[in-house]
Amino acid sequence: MLLIRCPFCGARPENEFSPGGEAHIARPPDPSAVDDAAWTDFLYMRTNPKGAHAERWRHTHGCGRFFNCLRDTVSDKIVATYPVGQQRPDAE
Amino acid sequence: MNQPFRTPSGGRIRRDRPLAFTFDGQPYTGCENDTLASALLANDVHLVARSFKYHRPRGIVAAGAEEPNALVTIDRGAGRITPNLRATQVALYDGLQAHSQNRWPSLRCDIGAMADRLSPLLSAGFYYKTFMWPPALWQRLYEPAIRAAAGLGRAPFAADADRYLHHFAHCEVLVIGGGPAGLAAALAASAHGARVILCDEQEEIGGSLLAETEATIDGKPAAAWLDATLATLGARGAVTLLPRTTAFGCFPDNFIGLAQRVTEHLAAPDPGLPRERLWQVRAAAVVLAAGAIERPLVFPHNDRPGIMLADAARVYLQRYGVKAGGRVVVATTDDSAYRAALALHQAGVTIAGIADARAAPGGAAVTAARDAGLPVFAGTTIAGTSGRLRLRDVLLSGRPAALPCDTLLLCGGWTPSVHLFSQSRGTLRFDAAIGAFVPAGAASGVQCAGACAGTFDLEACLDTGYAAGEAATRGHAAPRRFMVLGTLPRGTSGMQPNTAPHGKAFVDLQNDVTTKDLRIATREGFRSIEHVKRYTTAGMATDQGKTSNLNALAAVAGLLGQPVPAVGHTTFRMPYTPVTFGTLAGAARGELLEPVRQTPLHDWAASHGAVFEDVGAWKRARCFPRAAEDEPAAVARECRAVRNAVGLLDASTLGKIEVVGPDAAEFLDLLYTIDVASLTPGRCRYALLLGENGFVLDDGIVARLAADRFHVTTTTGGAARVLHHMEDYRQTEFSHLRVWLTSITEQWGVVAVQGPRARDVIAPLVEGIDVAAMPHMSVRACRVAGVAARLFRASFTGALGYEINLPAGFTRSVWDALCAAGAPFDITPYGTEAMHVLRAEKGFFMVGQETDGTVTPDDLGLAWMVSKSKRDFVGKRSLVLPDMVRVDRRQLVGLLTTDARVVLEVGAQLVATPQPGVPAAMLGHVTSAYWSETLQRSIALALVAGGRARLGSTLFVPLPDRVIPVTVTRPVFHDREGTRLHG
Repeated sequence: MLLIRCPFCGARPENEFSPGGEAHIARPPDPSAVDDAAWTDFLYMRTNPKGAHAERWRHTHGCGRFFNCLRDTVSDKIVATYPVGQQRPDAE
Repeated sequence: MNQPFRTPSGGRIRRDRPLAFTFDGQPYTGCENDTLASALLANDVHLVARSFKYHRPRGIVAAGAEEPNALVTIDRGAGRITPNLRATQVALYDGLQAHSQNRWPSLRCDIGAMADRLSPLLSAGFYYKTFMWPPALWQRLYEPAIRAAAGLGRAPFAADADRYLHHFAHCEVLVIGGGPAGLAAALAASAHGARVILCDEQEEIGGSLLAETEATIDGKPAAAWLDATLATLGARGAVTLLPRTTAFGCFPDNFIGLAQRVTEHLAAPDPGLPRERLWQVRAAAVVLAAGAIERPLVFPHNDRPGIMLADAARVYLQRYGVKAGGRVVVATTDDSAYRAALALHQAGVTIAGIADARAAPGGAAVTAARDAGLPVFAGTTIAGTSGRLRLRDVLLSGRPAALPCDTLLLCGGWTPSVHLFSQSRGTLRFDAAIGAFVPAGAASGVQCAGACAGTFDLEACLDTGYAAGEAATRGHAAPRRFMVLGTLPRGTSGMQPNTAPHGKAFVDLQNDVTTKDLRIATREGFRSIEHVKRYTTAGMATDQGKTSNLNALAAVAGLLGQPVPAVGHTTFRMPYTPVTFGTLAGAARGELLEPVRQTPLHDWAASHGAVFEDVGAWKRARCFPRAAEDEPAAVARECRAVRNAVGLLDASTLGKIEVVGPDAAEFLDLLYTIDVASLTPGRCRYALLLGENGFVLDDGIVARLAADRFHVTTTTGGAARVLHHMEDYRQTEFSHLRVWLTSITEQWGVVAVQGPRARDVIAPLVEGIDVAAMPHMSVRACRVAGVAARLFRASFTGALGYEINLPAGFTRSVWDALCAAGAPFDITPYGTEAMHVLRAEKGFFMVGQETDGTVTPDDLGLAWMVSKSKRDFVGKRSLVLPDMVRVDRRQLVGLLTTDARVVLEVGAQLVATPQPGVPAAMLGHVTSAYWSETLQRSIALALVAGGRARLGSTLFVPLPDRVIPVTVTRPVFHDREGTRLHG
């Protein structure tokens, strides 16, 4: 079980959290201005990288806050966690 | 004391405390501190098992967790039968009853041993090749027959009578293994007050020191040093010592699973104690001091009872006071076996010869053996053995005459126990000097010390252990030197090639894998060691290759002509040794398996004959059958009551979310399809919640209590999902809005009063408002039967209806008042089944029944619920994607069977012709189907491709035995004009 550092509560066991998919995919401010291809990309296309992956987590059974997390998909190590709205920290 | 192979003195057993036990019904006597294995050996019982596949007679091989053969069933009475325990790890207690496994009718005479004669047919993968046709027989005959013939112990039938507990712990340092390295690590780590847990799988902490009779540590005999060290550790308050505790798995971020056997060693355990305890430990640092496992040698017929590991025999002698045999031959590639030979020699056992595969063995141990007069045959290996139920003699290479003996001791070097290290994602490298894999790159916070790191010298084990303990707490290693005297330096030849061209030479004793099986696997093209493992089963199952892994790797490497590191190693799986299901389940059994949610009216329903069903974690009343009434009759009666008079439903499970804040309306407008801003306080609106992909996620009622306060309902099953969805948008995309969300599901009980007499029932109980003035879809704060309530006029039945929200604790008293007030109208409590029928008569869809995550509002015929005027809401953009507006999408329709009595099956497929070809084009499927008491006929809802264009046409439901024709209709069967709703 991973130990995940919630930016608001500190380190907690993985089973207090729920994953929320890839991070930094912003909803277009005016969806009606986006063409079909760009909209379906926003809906369905994800990067699935080998290595550092920015993803959303929620401390569901804790403070309830969403935050972002940089996880290495090869080693399953969490490199960093940071609040929503903050820049993605460098993987290395 | 009738134990012929017990020594007169020495060891840690208590000769003054005899213990009676039985093995296969035969009574024996052992001593306190014996294991079942040492007690059997003291009684000269070597034949203890039949092998997994060939049913070959097998004896005790090892003295610890690595034992591959001696698996037994321990019987403590009904519900307390445990199969597949290693006799070497079963502590003896008075009255212990053990049974051998995988034999019939008896261990000495086993019918299954025919498999040994048929073994040429039973090599690796035989069942894939032999039992191919006909395929139908595979499930019915071949597999059950093979499984019955091969195997381990029988799973018990009775429910587990014991109790198990889970325990969570945190510490600075977890030390796994209580041998010299682990003890030194714990001493160092705890010196400055850090929390230290030291666990060891054996009955006593001490590891190799428990069988150390020669060495001194810092001037004390090893046993005395052990006692003093345990006393020191025990006196440190932050140290937890856990004997009988196996670290069975290492998980990410130093999360370790420990299985503690609390009562297994006791004849009459305190019933207040759990049988086993699962420790879930999160450690800042882990010191692995798991020791090493001696390797057997591979040669023809190397599996007879009486053949065991050399150091195991020494441990039996020096720890348990048991001689493994009377006349012993030793075969080795390593100096450590000489130590065993010398010890046995000094105990009066005849050493008939030491066959050393090395051409010129010459270390201190070898010299000591020669000086003691033991015959050493250099450059000699074992060519074969004989003896059916016990070893009779041994044939040495290059010598014509067999050497008579009853025991053969093997040592093929030592394999560091890297199982847990590997599980912790450490990487391994092959050390040719010792012929084994050793830790290379460690995961953060994990260190290895002692024999599991390839360090076998006692002094070095203590020194490296101490350094690891220092490093784990203080980040640097302050050296401390232990002084050890009395040990002999050890030489090893690394790995010896296995040469076994003829006869059965076992590589994996537990899974009955021979060198021939490995040869077949490589000949058939298996190259990856992981594939060879699965094809031959070498290193699989409960054993995880503890004694066999390296010998199998070496054999495969030899067959492929590659060095061992090139072949690599298989993955070390958890658990290290088997863990009982009870331990993993802990208290989560029976009623405690899952939490159950009950409504405030549960007790009332239970005492009124409710039949409950599970809706998520909730218990809901499905119907209330009266005496002599079956469930369909009860549902029909409940439906009639709602349509003709008045019914009462416990709707407390509805999800409820209070949405509060100056921007609450704007927030809800962005989430729901309807226009929320135009809703005035006191009004409510039925609303759809979409995912960003445009598909229906949930539905409910949005009620405006005040300008900045909404009471929003969700489906019973969707409550948590909807709140999560809302929180996601509130915290991320729409974080500029000032709005707060609170789950109020548990705070408000809900009673739905439905039917033409609903107003007559509640009006006399309502204070503060005029019920008659409430329009359909409105909400009022008022008092009902004296209780502050939120009264909704809303209907999920199509009848005149009210939903009374009450503080949960007052729900029951108001329910009772409603029952009393409704008595003149024969008010009838109804359950979820009647609720389903009534809503289906009106064509109201159910989330999860009519929707499956691919259904749009328009598919449900609810395009009118989607605001055209709002600039944006979640899902809006997706609704105009080309695939979302296709006319052949599956749309909700009603179905009427030609024969009104036939009720369709939910999930039944719909086709266009009565005799469709194969494959038939599926036009859709039935989503709901009921007997409608109101209409006196069957009704169904279905999703059908282009359904709204098919109204009036006939479709067919093909079933195995018949075809049911149906007519497509609008999905509303009752009161299409809605006059009852607004009445």
